[in-house]
This record gives sequence, C-alpha cells and structure tokens, in this order.
Amino acid sequence: MFEHYLNIFITTVFIENIALSLFLGMCTFIAISKKIDAAFGLGIAVIVVCLLTVPLNNLIYNYILREDALTWLGIPGTNLEFVELISYIGVIAAVVQILEMFLDKYVPALYNALGQFLPLITVNCAILGASLFMIEKDLLFVESIVYGFGAGFGWALAIVVLAGIREKLKYSDIPDGLKGLGATFIIVGLMSFGFMSFGGISL
Amino acid sequence: MNLKRYKEVVLKPLIDENPITLQILGICSALAVTNNLSVTLVMCVAVISVISFSNLFISIIRNYIPSSIRIIVQMTIIASLVIVVDELLKAYDYETSKKLSVFVGLIITNCIVMGRAEAFAMKEKPLLSFFDGLGNGIGYSIILIGVAVIRELFGSGTLFGYEILPLVSNGGWYMGNNLLLLPPSSFIIIGLFIWAIRSIKSAQIENDEFEIKPHSTVPDLTKREINV
Repeated sequence: MFEHYLNIFITTVFIENIALSLFLGMCTFIAISKKIDAAFGLGIAVIVVCLLTVPLNNLIYNYILREDALTWLGIPGTNLEFVELISYIGVIAAVVQILEMFLDKYVPALYNALGQFLPLITVNCAILGASLFMIEKDLLFVESIVYGFGAGFGWALAIVVLAGIREKLKYSDIPDGLKGLGATFIIVGLMSFGFMSFGGISL
Repeated sequence: MNLKRYKEVVLKPLIDENPITLQILGICSALAVTNNLSVTLVMCVAVISVISFSNLFISIIRNYIPSSIRIIVQMTIIASLVIVVDELLKAYDYETSKKLSVFVGLIITNCIVMGRAEAFAMKEKPLLSFFDGLGNGIGYSIILIGVAVIRELFGSGTLFGYEILPLVSNGGWYMGNNLLLLPPSSFIIIGLFIWAIRSIKSAQIENDEFEIKPHSTVPDLTKREINV
C-alpha cells in the first residue's frame, strides 16, 4: 500500500511535474522567480494550499457533484458536473482566505513570510489544475492527499531551481533583447526538456 | 464616444503591450495547446470571448462591488463565462473539447482575464473595457497562433492538418522536426519571439539589475609618454 502512494508521489513530482511537464502556474512561475527567498516562500504556500484544496475538492466531487453522488442523501439520479469549475475555484478562494486569516491570528511569523503570496495563489492555475487533473485521474481520497502534496512539492521544487539559475544568470552578458523575460523563457524550455527525461520511467 | 481612445485600447496590446511577451500574463495555456493550429484557434476564440465579456460585465457592476470581496465576485463572473464556453464546446465541437481537456477550465485562472479585470475593467466604462478585453485577447492570440504555425508547419509539415511540406515518411522531401512537437519547444519559440519584438521595440528591453563599476586599476593612458 505504501509503495502505491510513493509511486503516485514520485510520478507527480518528477514524471508529471506540474510546472515543467504540464505547464501550469506559469505566470507566477516566471514572474516571482527572480529571488530564491521569494520563490521558496511562494513554493511553500503552494504546497500548503494544494495539500488542503485537492482532497477537499475530491470530497466535493465524490459526494456532491458526481453522477448519482447524492444517493447518500436519498436523492438519486443527479449530475451536477457542470458546476464543477465554479465549485473548485470557490473552494480554493475560500481556503486561501481562511488560511490567510488563520495564519494572521495564530502564526504571525509564518504570516509575515507567506502573507503576500497567498492572494496570488487564488489565480495560480497550478492549484486549479491539480484539482482538475485529480478528477481526470479518478483518485480516491487518500490518493488525492498524496497527489495534492506531490503536485505542490513538484511546483515548489521547480520554482526554487529556476530562481537559483536566474540569480546566477543575472551577472552574465545576454543580448539586450533577450535580457530578463526572454532568457527566462528559454531556460524554462531547457529545464522542461530536462524533466522530459523522466518520462520513460515506469514505476 | 472618443474613437481615438477605443483605437488605442484595441491596438496597444497587440505588440506594444502584448500580454504574453510584456505583461507576463496567460502563459500557462500558451504552451500546452499550441502543437496543432485548429485546436489553438478554438482556444483563442474561447479566451477572446471570455476576456471581453468578463471585462464588460465586471465593468457594468464595478461601482457595486465592495473592494474586500472583489476577487471572489470577479472569479464568479469569469467562472460562469468559462462554464458557458465549456458547455458550448462540448455541444458543438466535442473532438476539440477532448483535446483541450482541462485547459478550457483553466481559462478561469488564466491571469490575462483576471489581470485585465483588475487593472482595467474596475476603473473604466463598460464598452471601453469590452474593447480592451478584445485587444488583449487578440494580442494573446497573435503569439499563440505564431507559435502554433511554427510548431505545426515545421514539426509535422502541415497546417490545419493539410500537408504543406510533404514528409519523407509520406514520400516527400521534408524531414519533420520532432523537437517542435514536444511542448517545451514553445517556451523557446516564445523566448525567440520576445527577442525579435524587443530588437524592434527597444523601449521594452529590461535594464540590468546591477552596474559594473569601472575597473579600479585601469592604466591611465594619458601618462604613456614615460614609456615612449
């Protein structure tokens, strides 16, 4: 059983890395990767939010939205799948808001470190994407916890690596037009080719 | 009606303030859906319609949205529009809808939509906001279509599925570049696009984050007469 979960985790982090293989959360990935500190903070925030929202959305899908899901309430024959997008984004926005208030009240140190990144996360497609891929893979509840953690961890890993490269790159002599954004795009492309080498691994 | 302002709002985002190459908005979907031109076109139409109408609706109710919950309100409007687009696609073009899979849903978190709502529609009049959405959507589409043309033409020798460069495997002369069929290649193509745009529009070039100090032991060339 443990092996099965480890398998899901490794697959999500390396083979199907949410940033470098599925290209989700790219806007923040490129915009907030100038400094390692900021990238690290954002990475942790994404891990936490993914870990909370993916299992929550899994419950919502399986017990409310899915075809015939409301049978446990005694209402058979329902199919609410057409509101899935709006419910997931609602859950994500709510979790981010609650997390922000909770951290502000009880863990102010962590709030000061992560606070500024939390609002950004609502519109980070990595989070919504993780939930949508979780539905597409049809995962069970415990599997979805592992998947959520793996998705966040993979994204955080990728952004920290990119920030490390960009910090070194700052001092190199790049053609004017490529400076900044252009070079970053090309680096991300090369990194993502690198991650494709994990593609052939089957666990 | 100030026609000049409308023109500016539509034309500026095309190259000068392109959402992808300058504002860093909406990159996620730019990558995964560009290996096939017809799929890309569907995606572009979906994004343009969502962004224009979300700008229009948000701008209509902009004076009634309390600022503390504005993100949720904007999200609700955008998500409803995306659901409409998603359902329409499933009804009329099921094949493409399958190919786009989760990326239609991800238009909700496409930062162009949210970014324009926040930066423009919350301040300006409805019609003007609609055209701003249109302009930004088209600016996004230009880059996407450019990447898709390069990837499909040189990757598999076709455009819209019609053969342009006959492949060696089909008895032609063109050897398909398989690298371009892999998703990461679109990063590199966009990177090169940015380079091309910035070579023409030098105002967009980013400054260095540091300055190199002059070397402290540069030989003083004015005092060379000693050696002569």
